[in-house]
Amino acid sequence: MKKSDVPQDKSNLKSSGFKELCYAVDDKGEYTTEKSSGWEPKTIALDNAMKDINERVIIAKEKVLRNQTSPIEYYMELTKMDLPILASYVGMWKCRVKRHFNPKRFDKLSNKVLQKYADVFEINIAQLKDINHGN
Amino acid sequence: MEINFTHHQSAHCENGVVSNLMKFNGFDVSEPMVFGIGSGLLFCYLPFIKVNHAPAFTYRSMPGFIFNRFAKRVGVKIKREKFRNPKQAKARLDENLERNNPVGLQVGVYNLVYFPDEYRFHFNAHNLVVYGKENGNYLISDPVMETVTTLTESELEKVRFAKGALAPKGHMYYPIDFPKELQLEKAIVKGIKNTCKDMLAPVPLVGVKGIKLVAKKIRKWPKNKGAKVANHYLGQIVRMQEEIGTGGGGFRYIFAAFLQEASVVLKNEELLSMSKEMTEIGDLWRDFALDASRIYKKRSTKSDGYNDIATQLEIIANKEEVFFKKLKKAV
Repeated sequence: MKKSDVPQDKSNLKSSGFKELCYAVDDKGEYTTEKSSGWEPKTIALDNAMKDINERVIIAKEKVLRNQTSPIEYYMELTKMDLPILASYVGMWKCRVKRHFNPKRFDKLSNKVLQKYADVFEINIAQLKDINHGN
Repeated sequence: MEINFTHHQSAHCENGVVSNLMKFNGFDVSEPMVFGIGSGLLFCYLPFIKVNHAPAFTYRSMPGFIFNRFAKRVGVKIKREKFRNPKQAKARLDENLERNNPVGLQVGVYNLVYFPDEYRFHFNAHNLVVYGKENGNYLISDPVMETVTTLTESELEKVRFAKGALAPKGHMYYPIDFPKELQLEKAIVKGIKNTCKDMLAPVPLVGVKGIKLVAKKIRKWPKNKGAKVANHYLGQIVRMQEEIGTGGGGFRYIFAAFLQEASVVLKNEELLSMSKEMTEIGDLWRDFALDASRIYKKRSTKSDGYNDIATQLEIIANKEEVFFKKLKKAV
């Protein structure tokens, strides 16, 4: 890549005011660095990834409202986690966390366990129990 | 208290931390040099590890390997510490700052507040330097950022004790012992040989063979996985390849920059022409990303597009195979 070809496309990077460093060749054929504000193919990939996450959040929310899953799954998707990551954060086995996705089991959870989840999601128990609370 | 530490922006976090810490200690080592000697270049397809609900692809070696290999090959000793207890981790960090010793930290990205939202995934192998403390805030030199920044005590604790795959566990590291003079020649040759060995490894998931395998998989994705998943996977490849830190083209340009520097140190003209060749291969990777993005931009399902980019990958794989066989003999 030539230094003059380092892309300066619009991206989410630009709006947060920072540029990344790329390696490129100058006119003499020597390597140098150049800052890039973004590259469209990457921006699209990132945007799509964000869309996928948002879709997952919406689906989880609908499932909670239809009483098919517990708010834990919704908050897990909202914080971009998956089951292994969430299990690791709350310090429980994956299968146990998965059981807590069951709305009936979720209703029976003790405050101690609920607090663990609430701490990880950085919310309080009231918010954990009601996904519309404070949103 | 602030240590007199100079922040240089780099493409990749690990090389950047190493290069910046070496510069602090009076050794002028560039980022490509660290990357090359540490044999950072790789390709690996990890179908059994899911990142963001898609298989993982990596264009670099395991986190920590680059620094370890670099240190071993140039004769620098590193001290590494991990902690169970966040309080102890903080105490050890503060002790080092008191002694005017900037340290490298492994951190999780998700809670790094100064990153744009789109980049805040649960990825735990990011690296940064802490070079002081002021009014209870830590002074942070994150090599991928243009300038230095700060984090509060609780913010830093959160990222040091992020959970999930590759959890940092407070991991802190810094060089403690240096040779009188850096002998780069032998280290460079070792680094290059190691990279050639990795890229030509007779393992289906690694190096050139890994690229070929992914090409084969791409052909099958639209049929086997459906348009949505296939697009998502393709996006994952491009994101991993062009992620902040790769310097563009899945680290190929940084490697080419390293070969150029190495040709001067070793007085080896052939490495200079190999550097040009690697730049061309890097351009091919960029073209691949561009064409792949056209597919997932339209969310297209036509398998022609997938076949085309798979062919592009196969061409790249063949070129890299020839390249690394030649490079092995050039040093």
